[in-house]
Amino acid sequence: MGELRLMKGNEAVAEAAIRAGCDGYFGYPITPQSEVMEYLMAEKPFERTGMVVLQAESEVASINMLYGAAGTGKKVMTSSSSPGISLMQEGISYMAGSELPAVIVNVVRGGPGLGTIQPSQADYFQAVKGGGHGDYKLIVLAPASVQEMCDHVKLGFDLAFKYRNPVMILSDGAVGQMMEKVELFDQIARRTDAEVISQCPWAATGKPKDREHIIITSLDLDPAGQERVNLKLQAKYKKIQENEILFEEIQCEDAEYLYVAFGLSARICQKATDLARAKGIRVGLFRPITLFPFPAPQIASVGNRVKGILVVEMNAGQMIEDVKLSVGCNVKIEHYGRFGGIIPSPEEVVRALEQKIIGG
Amino acid sequence: MEELFAKPEIRKPENIVYKKTDLMVDRPLSYCPGCGHGTVHRMLMEVLEEMDIQGNTIGVSPVGCSVLAYDFLNIDMLGAAHGRAPALATAIKRLWPYRFVFTYQGDGDLAAIGTAETIHACNRGENITIIFINNGIYGMTGGQMAPTTLPGMRTSTSPYGRDVQTMGHPLKITELIAHLPGVEYVTRQSVHTPVNARRTKKAIRKAFEIQKEKKGVGFIEVVSNCNSGWKMTPVQANKWMEENMFPFYPLGDIKVDGKLVEKKETVS
Repeated sequence: MGELRLMKGNEAVAEAAIRAGCDGYFGYPITPQSEVMEYLMAEKPFERTGMVVLQAESEVASINMLYGAAGTGKKVMTSSSSPGISLMQEGISYMAGSELPAVIVNVVRGGPGLGTIQPSQADYFQAVKGGGHGDYKLIVLAPASVQEMCDHVKLGFDLAFKYRNPVMILSDGAVGQMMEKVELFDQIARRTDAEVISQCPWAATGKPKDREHIIITSLDLDPAGQERVNLKLQAKYKKIQENEILFEEIQCEDAEYLYVAFGLSARICQKATDLARAKGIRVGLFRPITLFPFPAPQIASVGNRVKGILVVEMNAGQMIEDVKLSVGCNVKIEHYGRFGGIIPSPEEVVRALEQKIIGG
Repeated sequence: MEELFAKPEIRKPENIVYKKTDLMVDRPLSYCPGCGHGTVHRMLMEVLEEMDIQGNTIGVSPVGCSVLAYDFLNIDMLGAAHGRAPALATAIKRLWPYRFVFTYQGDGDLAAIGTAETIHACNRGENITIIFINNGIYGMTGGQMAPTTLPGMRTSTSPYGRDVQTMGHPLKITELIAHLPGVEYVTRQSVHTPVNARRTKKAIRKAFEIQKEKKGVGFIEVVSNCNSGWKMTPVQANKWMEENMFPFYPLGDIKVDGKLVEKKETVS
């Protein structure tokens, strides 16, 4: 068993980055995720593992630092919250276009605009459907606990390098701030420069005499060339869709009704499921862990045998579109959402199920 | 002369007195005839060749006319988003501290959209070399007003001349940068004559030596022409540059060994 600690979600992200053998973290303070960089600076990973931690002048700079470092094959991470992630979108698009691996943590807060510093899930579309310009996908992980905040950093790096694609951890202000028991994985050694060079032959690490020079770019002025780039990306996304889906089913075997929720909403729905079952309502919970790739076939197989589905999100109805695309039209699918930093209670989620699905 | 070239016995390696560096990729440049970019590229690659650091250098190209610099420079390179080259270079140098890292940027890239990245990378004293080509115009997008466009100068977005009352003043970012403690060496050069090109090459060499010694930023502005954007012939453009750009952007060292140079040497 790994080391057990009581930690905030944000701290778990930071500790996991060190332990995952991350080479560099570049970030800019923003509530509710500032503990990530605070923890890193206090922990001195530059002494523990040699990891670089740098406070940039803006989120625009941090994402471009990430782009530069990722282009040289290094294992790098940034974290921010909604407005900061909006600022990063151009850089994220460049990284997706140049096929660079990195982990980007979004501890979502309520929007739009400056919004609020309280938790929200209103950045689902931005994370899952692109966010920046052009046709691209991020691999999106949705942690629902401090344990997953830790584990998804390691998983995120593995997936990022497996597919040479940026990975976003789509968390929220509550999962980032809450304290829970977490079992930490053991320290993974940072790769030596020689290992980076041999494991990342695509990276710009300095041109030896016996190979062509390497260019990291997302530019191809020839439309036919740029179309080939896009086709290659789409083929990669298809492969990810086929191979990397993660989800959790809770009490779905005998369910007549279904909650579908991710992240914090899934934690609330888990409690709501127990409360509803105590009242004799046979409800289950389906929790997508990867938002891209979206577990469409898996939701369909559960969703098509229930009488109705309530999608619970801390937004105005975003993931529900993907649920509707996954499940047949004959199943009633409704949305329950709270916004602007309000976290719904399990009781109100049970009431919503009764009113919108069972009674409706 | 033609007779000489026709004689195969003359074409022997031992008779070669000058040739293009192998660090330039053997392909036609995408720059307009008369443009300074090609010369700066060559000076830069000659320095890398002389220092024997081709394999130990990572370059960052900008968005602008030199966006395709990586197609011509035979080293590993990354193409940055517009203005962000110093952010890329910062991270690359931090994670590969023994590699030489440079950015190559134009005036719109470095002094408009990328001002924050430029100033903060310089102020942190990153051990990088910044090569800044200032031709007072956005060349690639077709000759729009740049942060360094001279007062009264006509461009496609200042067709009646830059009116500083409404369009702001040209930004002397190089002088600004020179005041930052993280910056070791700042100079302003040109490449419009062989003498000036050699001075630029020396400056680039000095900046890379500074990087080797981990002394902070080496910053080289090259005042250059844009005959296409300025709507002139290459010869006219060079003359115009001497008469109008150099008085406003005087050539010479601005900061040496971390100290501001009191009297600027002006050479045209």
